[in-house]
Amino acid sequence: MKQMHAILAALRGLLRQTGATLGLGFLGLIVLIAVFADLLPLDPLGQDFLRTLEGPSRDYWFGTDELGRDILSRVVFGARTSLVTAAGAVTIAALIGVPMGLIGGFFGGWRDAVLMRLVDVMMALPAILFAMALIAVFGRSQGAALLAVGITGIPGFARIVRAQVLTLRKRDFVVAVEAFGGTASYNMFRTILPNSWSQILVQVVVLSSVAILLEAALAFLGVGVPPPTPSWGEMLRTGKSYLHEAPYYAVLPGIVLTLTILAFDSIGRGLSRLIENPRDAALQGSLK
Amino acid sequence: MTEPVLSVRGLTVSFPGILGRVPVVRGVDLDVHAGEVLCIVGESGSGKSVTALAVAGLLPQTAQVDGSVRVKDTDVIGADAGTLRRMRGRDVGFVFQDPSTTLNPVLPVGRQMTEGQVALGLLPRREAGARAVELLREVDVANPEGRAGQYPHEFSGGMRQRAVIGMAMAGRPGLIIADEPTTALDVTVQAQVLDVLDRRQRETGAAVVLITHDLGVVAEVADRVAVMYGGRIVETGQVEDIFARPRHPYTAALLHSIPRMDTTDRRLDPIPGNPPSPAELPVGCAFEPRCSVGGGRPKCLAEDPALRAVEGGGATACHFWQETPPAMQPAEVRDAPSAPAERQTLLEIRDLKVHFPVRRGILQRVTGHVRAVEGVNLTVHAGETVSLVGESGCGKTTTGKAVMGLTRATAGDILLEGASVLGLKATDMRSARRKMQYIFQDPFSSLNPVKTVEDIVAEPLHIHGLYNEMGGAQRIAELFDLVGLSTSMFGRYPAEFSGGQKQRIGIARALVLQPRLLILDEPVAALDVSIQAQILNLLEDLQKELNLGYLFIAHNLSVVRHISDRVAVMYLGRIVEESDRDTLYDMPVHPYTQSLMSAAPVPDPVAGRSRERIVLEGEVPDPADPPPGCAFAPRCFRATGICRSAPPPFEQYAGSESRAACYHAGPLEPGQSRQRTGT
Repeated sequence: MKQMHAILAALRGLLRQTGATLGLGFLGLIVLIAVFADLLPLDPLGQDFLRTLEGPSRDYWFGTDELGRDILSRVVFGARTSLVTAAGAVTIAALIGVPMGLIGGFFGGWRDAVLMRLVDVMMALPAILFAMALIAVFGRSQGAALLAVGITGIPGFARIVRAQVLTLRKRDFVVAVEAFGGTASYNMFRTILPNSWSQILVQVVVLSSVAILLEAALAFLGVGVPPPTPSWGEMLRTGKSYLHEAPYYAVLPGIVLTLTILAFDSIGRGLSRLIENPRDAALQGSLK
Repeated sequence: MTEPVLSVRGLTVSFPGILGRVPVVRGVDLDVHAGEVLCIVGESGSGKSVTALAVAGLLPQTAQVDGSVRVKDTDVIGADAGTLRRMRGRDVGFVFQDPSTTLNPVLPVGRQMTEGQVALGLLPRREAGARAVELLREVDVANPEGRAGQYPHEFSGGMRQRAVIGMAMAGRPGLIIADEPTTALDVTVQAQVLDVLDRRQRETGAAVVLITHDLGVVAEVADRVAVMYGGRIVETGQVEDIFARPRHPYTAALLHSIPRMDTTDRRLDPIPGNPPSPAELPVGCAFEPRCSVGGGRPKCLAEDPALRAVEGGGATACHFWQETPPAMQPAEVRDAPSAPAERQTLLEIRDLKVHFPVRRGILQRVTGHVRAVEGVNLTVHAGETVSLVGESGCGKTTTGKAVMGLTRATAGDILLEGASVLGLKATDMRSARRKMQYIFQDPFSSLNPVKTVEDIVAEPLHIHGLYNEMGGAQRIAELFDLVGLSTSMFGRYPAEFSGGQKQRIGIARALVLQPRLLILDEPVAALDVSIQAQILNLLEDLQKELNLGYLFIAHNLSVVRHISDRVAVMYLGRIVEESDRDTLYDMPVHPYTQSLMSAAPVPDPVAGRSRERIVLEGEVPDPADPPPGCAFAPRCFRATGICRSAPPPFEQYAGSESRAACYHAGPLEPGQSRQRTGT
């Protein structure tokens, strides 16, 4: 109930901004299509050997690839790969990073020192190399890519939440809970966390776009999800070999990828703007 | 009569709002002549600061400003940026409220003070250094040669504000605008700063517009007063007239609602309701909904009265100003504090010490201690209010927090109903906290912004698992009723409430667990005067009804005199004097208490100005490095050799209720303090 109030307020605020509205619209479309892809007359795996590397036509809106597969279908199912990786990675990063930031910031002292050094170590890992190492160990799978992106996303959450805790920790309403006998965990999860949702939400959006890009990069390097599962990065990788004969092959998935990242970024920017400059009282309550 | 330095006619200012433009200033007329001090008084949202900013042409682009403002021979409204800049450097000096944000932290103070003059070509660059030293000397900064090259963080708050005054005077302007110049300062420092402002004003013959909400400051410095309400001036007049014969019901109501140091026998007479929001002004007179004179008369409801001159000087904006109640109305008499039969001891603080370690270097070694509280003894009984008074940094808040267990005590003991609360296990501490509660100074930050007010008040019950046992929503409704809020407000968020309402919510939350003791940390300091009175009355009623013990922490001596039974004065971590209220106020024996009392502004322009004032030198020393012996000795007008050798014992002063820590305790003799008042 209470969270709904905050989310609705944030949504209303976003819809007042043109950029964020466009971003939300595009992302909504991608998510809808990805979720209901099975209900659409699409076939990402079926091969039409008579019509390979064909340009966009009435039958194949985005054209076909070197095996005669429908690129539109592959883009749509590729969206699933991207979004699942993003969602999984964000979930892992948030579930580990948020408590780390809460505990470190709230207690300070040695707990903070240990957790933050851990964060420093994770920050020092180059995401792609780390992912490739994981894949070398576990083999090519969506899980490995997801795990790699998730782990490299932990520091972002931990740091943002810690900074938020440090500013809220000395605020009177947090001290007040302590004064009437609230425990530390009550204060962390019931007082400080609800006051940090907006910052966390921004980080979710930011990390989602990073995760999608990273997943595409891994696939582009040939270590992403194993074929024949469609992936945008994989399509860019094969598409680049046919740039002369079939430019649309790489360009169209590339455009979709770019627009998706752009959509995330404009939503993120819209949210940050809301935090800095809330317009009405409800927003002030939920985002400040 | 000479031409006024500042002349404002029909000034209106509006800002863009969600539903059209919001009028913040609605037709202000002012004249200020050379050598005159005009005080603009009003509560928050009355438009007083916006008026001042409009005069200096400092309003943001979004503001729509109309009317006319003339400073000497410059028309401010519609002037281009260059004209305004020249005018600000030459004709107008501005002193802002908070000296810690007015000065640029990365520039030496001396350079900042002359920067504007140099930039305008009024002062050759090579003379700037010497001029800065001169300016600092003029505002009584000790060692100006050394100080001019220092950065703002090396200055104390009072020195910073004096430097800002020096900066405002650098161009010898004909007009100085000071927006709440002493609100952020302690009383003894406030007295220094007002002194400097007053002296410099007389020396330069400048006109001063001083904006404040503090009627004591007004009585102290003003020649003429303009009272603002709802974006308009509702009354102007000579300062003596305003205080003796107010001609607008709002002025009279303000005077009734402030607690005074000189009287204790009356209950405060608060102004009901809240100041109007500029976006939702009533159709007729803006004060009508809170007015005791109007009483819903059709003329008040329909027609916003114009400001018109009345006989005997001054002007008022009231249809029925003849009916304005007199300034000193014998308001409802307070019950004399009856000595309770059995006085149960609630809280006993024994020799409490709180030290904070100072860590330095990369190894974070402890290199010293800030002795925030250094041996405090205090007892609070049920149904009694004990006040801790002192300037910022004296350790009064730390004492309160140590009692609540929010700050760890270093030594000593704290007994709650006879049982020690120090070193308790977490679960025992939780149950101890049911008996005592804390009320915060700032109602704006003490309520969780993402919870509804019902949940905020119910939160302590949920934490202790007592929600259903204590009656659930029914109990919350009772509490809302008790503190004067409506249960229809249950689902709303703190941001939708005014300051006074938020403080009521804070009080309701503190009472929900049925505590015996309330620790009130400056509970009214952040509120407007008319709201202050409401909250003080509420606290008195609650105490009577629930037999609560109050530990009241405050710096405002008038508020303390009004609410307390006993008073303890703190200085640098120690209690220097303690007594029952009337003895302490009528015959203080410690020189620090005497200085505090004499520095506190009195809202009476006649008696206040004739009294002897002790203006203390310097400021409260650093508690990490206290002076040897008596901590007050470096600022004291009675200090002798013995004071600097060992701290004085805390002893009963012969023939009095008071106990004081001073070798030279005794009532103030006339003229005694003079020898060291020159700063």
